[in-house]
Amino acid sequence: MPDDTARAKEGLVTCDACPVLCRIREGRSGACDRYGNVGGALTRLDPFVVTQRVAEKDGGLVAFGKEDWDGGIVAGAPTFVTGIGSGTTYPDYKPAPFIVASEYDGVDMVTVVSEGIFSYCGIKVKIDTDRFVGPETAAVRVEGEQVGHVTTAEYGSQMLSLGGVRHLTGGSKKEGTVTCDTMLKLCSGEAVEMTVDDGAELTVEAGKPPVINGAQEERMRVGCGSATIGIFAKQWHGHADEVIVVDDHITGVLSEHQAGRFLGMEPVGIRVRGRKSTPGRYFQVAEPGTGWGGTDITDPLSIIESINPKHAWPGLRLFMVSTTGEDAAFYVLDENYQPVAAPMPEPLEVVVDRIGENCEPALSTVMFMAGAGGSLRAGVTENPVRLTRSVREALTRVTCGGAPVYVWPGGGITLMVDVTTMPENSFGYVPTPALVAPIEFTLRLDDYAAMGGHMDAVKRVEEVAEAGRLKSMRWHDQAPWPGAPLHGIAKDV
Amino acid sequence: MSDALPFGAPPVGAILPDGRRRHFQHGPIDLVIEARGAGHEVGRAYKQAWARFETILGELVGELPALRSPVTARGPKLDGATARRMAAACEPHREVFVTPMAAVAGAVADEVLTALVAGRALEKAYVNNGGDIALYISPGASFDAGMVSLADAPIAAGTVAIDHASPVRGIATSGWRGRSLSLGIADSVTVLARSAAEADVAATLIANAVNTDHPRIERVPAHEIDPDSDLGNRAVTVDVGVLPDAAVIEALEAGAAVADAMAAGGLIVAAHLVLQGEMRSVGQTSAAALGKQTKSGTTTNKATGLDERRRAWLT
Repeated sequence: MPDDTARAKEGLVTCDACPVLCRIREGRSGACDRYGNVGGALTRLDPFVVTQRVAEKDGGLVAFGKEDWDGGIVAGAPTFVTGIGSGTTYPDYKPAPFIVASEYDGVDMVTVVSEGIFSYCGIKVKIDTDRFVGPETAAVRVEGEQVGHVTTAEYGSQMLSLGGVRHLTGGSKKEGTVTCDTMLKLCSGEAVEMTVDDGAELTVEAGKPPVINGAQEERMRVGCGSATIGIFAKQWHGHADEVIVVDDHITGVLSEHQAGRFLGMEPVGIRVRGRKSTPGRYFQVAEPGTGWGGTDITDPLSIIESINPKHAWPGLRLFMVSTTGEDAAFYVLDENYQPVAAPMPEPLEVVVDRIGENCEPALSTVMFMAGAGGSLRAGVTENPVRLTRSVREALTRVTCGGAPVYVWPGGGITLMVDVTTMPENSFGYVPTPALVAPIEFTLRLDDYAAMGGHMDAVKRVEEVAEAGRLKSMRWHDQAPWPGAPLHGIAKDV
Repeated sequence: MSDALPFGAPPVGAILPDGRRRHFQHGPIDLVIEARGAGHEVGRAYKQAWARFETILGELVGELPALRSPVTARGPKLDGATARRMAAACEPHREVFVTPMAAVAGAVADEVLTALVAGRALEKAYVNNGGDIALYISPGASFDAGMVSLADAPIAAGTVAIDHASPVRGIATSGWRGRSLSLGIADSVTVLARSAAEADVAATLIANAVNTDHPRIERVPAHEIDPDSDLGNRAVTVDVGVLPDAAVIEALEAGAAVADAMAAGGLIVAAHLVLQGEMRSVGQTSAAALGKQTKSGTTTNKATGLDERRRAWLT
């Protein structure tokens, strides 16, 4: 029919789920918001996500993320219902939306599935770079609003602490809105531009290289300057009389360093700026910046304070390199003891490349951190502290969208999860403002009964699977199967 | 392929888990209904409501082209009771572009509520059609209604008490994130009016008027989203970034001016406008009830939540 052809050309799907017969464009939903046009096919739109371990013909697991699977439910495959799309009972003190029983190796398991609304939540961002992003405790801003701060740096990485209840609800409404939006974007794998007071402009995206002042960071340093000397001293030996490894944290000087002495080297009289820590290790040779090794220098010779003719000699070979191998230079002292740039000998060139090869790709990583308290626990059991204790005693497994989480020791259920291990579109928000994230508690059915669980609300996983609004996601096979018990089975736990 | 279901899935009714409320759903119509009173009266009321509900979507679909036409002094001509409620609610607003569809959700709520209470002795009742609510209140009864500031958020922005003496019998909320397309940028506009249909059209038009020009507001022609939209090629809002304070105030003031005119003309009782954390209240009960949070107590809507308690829930 010509009409159909025209319609197909426009990418329209006519929904026959009800008499309204909505004509739906691709990527849009009908009047009810329940059905939509997904890639030209009429699709139920409000699924909640289950993960399945899908066996290939040879019995192995189908790899996560393969494109040849349409997300349909695979009959008989082990199924774990996630909290995504399950909705929340907040603020009602009612059983969680789904309490699902399944079996694992003959043991009855129950998973309590909910979407938690977290205003006590934040994000820890690890940015693999030695470049200066800003002073510790400096404000991190998005659209001018403070959304967090620079916190204690880690080895080879700068750390940001973003979000949290004070920015969400303690400041102006705009601060709360922007903070919520920033967290949602970072958790959803979107790039966010931010600025640090007295520091850098950053673009952060989970699992992607950071962009600092417009330059994309490629790799992490192999180690601090001292560590780099420890690793490569032997490979430089005989090809240079002095090696200076420039690093913002610790700059290493080979001939003074323990590693140099071990190779029988003597100090050659080249003194670098900064504060000497131990032999061959110098702090603060320059200001932090985006130059060599995370310092602000672009001319490496500027860190040399003096060259002592008593120890140095004309023809001395000086090799300078940064801790990522991105910058390197080779000099020979002339008769006036001045370093003159010279072609780099090939054996040194090889080691520069090797430093680069040993630097891991620089990434931004985003950990979502939140406290599960209040009525969320009441949705699981009538006696919420028993849930906390059960998690603490490792009887109950906590997951977010099926992804493994780290539960912080001490009181409460404070968890941390790598957002890239969670399924797409796991996060949402409410205008409190607060973030919405899926959370599941899995434990043995008998343990659940013992803690005062809502036993009358328990459904078999097959019943949920037949509800007709499920979207299946293949299980990430490196992660522990979230439906397995934490105790009571000797193997595979 | 659709031979078995020439008219799609039939209407479905269910008792909600609390054992009291009813859930009726047919296509895009999704009603939560509660009647309070003597048990046998409530039971009969639900039966009457169901009987009316069963045919309501079919009747509306039969007149869809007319319902999607602009309201003018001469029309459109409509037959169905619900369709006529829609047109009647829109008629006073006909100087701006409006089609009866602007009142569809509220009119359905009114129509089902009318059937629910006809001949029954109830204490009070409501029909909640996706946030557009029709109320029945007997002498001595009252409602505390929770208001949700965003359609996709289960948290109420406040509660408002409505008793028998109040003229309010309808509550509706509109905003650009809602199910319907909006010309404006309001996060939410909640209107109290004499009927749900009147509240619905007013909320739609006030939300359209909460508007300003800013590069962070993304709009596309309505037909690019929904080829059958009554808004045709008018630009509807698809995204609103964080706006500077001045733009927020300007947009809210524009909406509040429209709401003020409606209140002065007796078309609405009150309105509560929300945009990016800023709020405006308009109308006679606004200062006393709309923005103010009352005690925690019975609520009609699934969503309740007061700021003070919210904090407690989250700790």
